[in-house]
Amino acid sequence: MCGIVGLHLREPELHPRLGELLTGMLGQVVERGPDSAGVAVYGDPRLSPPGTTTVSLLPRGAAAEEIATATQALLSQTVSFVDGGQTVVLSAAVADDELVDAVRRAAPDSLVIGHGADMAVLKGVGSPLALAASFDLASAQGWQGVAHTRMATESAVTPEGSHPFSVGSGQCLVHNGSFANHATIRRELRAEGVPFDSENDSEVGARFVAHHLAQGADLEKSLRLLCERFDGFYTLLVSTRDSFAVVRDAIACKPAIVAETPQWVAMASEYRALAGLPGVESARIFEPEPEVVYAWQR
Amino acid sequence: MAAMTEAAVPLQQRQSVRVDLARTSVRELNAALHAGDVAQRADHWLVRHPQGKHSIAVGLDAEIEVEIDGHVGYYCAGMNQRATVTVNGNAGTGLAENMMSGTVRVKGSASQSAGATAHGGLLVIEGDASARCGISMKGVDIVVGGSVGHMSAFMGQAGRLVVCGDAGEALGDSLYEARIYLQGSVKSLGADCIEKPLRDEHLAELTDLLARAGISADPRAFRRYGSARQLYSFHVDNAY
Repeated sequence: MCGIVGLHLREPELHPRLGELLTGMLGQVVERGPDSAGVAVYGDPRLSPPGTTTVSLLPRGAAAEEIATATQALLSQTVSFVDGGQTVVLSAAVADDELVDAVRRAAPDSLVIGHGADMAVLKGVGSPLALAASFDLASAQGWQGVAHTRMATESAVTPEGSHPFSVGSGQCLVHNGSFANHATIRRELRAEGVPFDSENDSEVGARFVAHHLAQGADLEKSLRLLCERFDGFYTLLVSTRDSFAVVRDAIACKPAIVAETPQWVAMASEYRALAGLPGVESARIFEPEPEVVYAWQR
Repeated sequence: MAAMTEAAVPLQQRQSVRVDLARTSVRELNAALHAGDVAQRADHWLVRHPQGKHSIAVGLDAEIEVEIDGHVGYYCAGMNQRATVTVNGNAGTGLAENMMSGTVRVKGSASQSAGATAHGGLLVIEGDASARCGISMKGVDIVVGGSVGHMSAFMGQAGRLVVCGDAGEALGDSLYEARIYLQGSVKSLGADCIEKPLRDEHLAELTDLLARAGISADPRAFRRYGSARQLYSFHVDNAY
């Protein structure tokens, strides 16, 4: 199954409540995917301080403080960190690529799971609500968040296989479903020099989208190209620093529901995840049509 | 229909029970609705705060009315027999799945697979229905006030699907003997689904279905679709 929730806040007065609302939404889709979970938060000053770029990583045994100290020594810049249990988030006032490179050299066994300005990715294996507590998600702020609860079908239950997949600066993808031809597309992307971190089919979707965004396509165009190329079942929620987009495959058997108000846009696998949002009673509620890209801009 | 029950027993004399799902679990509600004496205890049940929860009012088998005030999740009113279930909101996937008899009415819209494999009874969706409405229907009557999504009535075996709005792609794909009445346009017909003449007996049937559903529409504005029956026998063009 897998559970997807996402919240794009238009009303700045709601920004302090992002984490609280997202935690409530996540709690309603736990049964859809109890083996692992992940979130991406856009605009939280604690996780991604303003004026810095942020790298999220799976530390693989290394202590958060050690990684931060080693990275700081390489950069000669202050590196702040948040220890989110299975994930560590590091920030510094340097360019995105520079921080990623320094973190990789400081902690070569670790895996970078997201990078960019204003965005932090936190994920891991285990009970989604316990993970949300270890991320202190409830106190997060910001303008946008996505979360995922995973029921692994195409690859192993590992932190690397957890969603979101964030493989381009500030980009995130979460997926409910399975891609049938992911091995073929992975091979083609590898031939073009695209690296992979896992055997997860959803990562192929994220790499494909990031690849086309890097070549100049916008999010809508990238997702239309994905629909042409990928076989299988999917509901995808894809976010960047300023966009929030939803697309489903032609069969559209994986659920998706969108609710929109002047204050926010929310997407979830099921209505129950939207039921607690403020003003949902007056929201425009609809199911996305198959192979139609729905995108909202900040 | 609700109107018949109300005519037989004036509203003020009916036994009514309110259940608040913010405080009571769906399991407790369904256990109460499954109790052998449920109709003696109350013939009207009002369910508040459904909040999109799954499996509300499933497996009913008594002549009772269940009114649900809000949006429901998956499989609401599944396997219904004899009961009248009304949802004052939208419904999630698998509404009235495998219904045998009774009436299920949704005032809003329904998600995919509404009325899937249902054998009997009447399902009314006043808003839109999503993909695969009436998939593998086996005798149920479904009346949709709005539009239906793609692959509706896929492999429909018996019963009637009435759509007052438009239909998505592959309407009636691999249809057996279910009949489809459509007022609006269709994006595409599925394999073996063809338009058929709307004769007097169909007008009478459609008039009756619309009246029972409480939806006002001119039956003459509809077109009828059904199976061309070309998939019934082996034909080399149907093989891989």
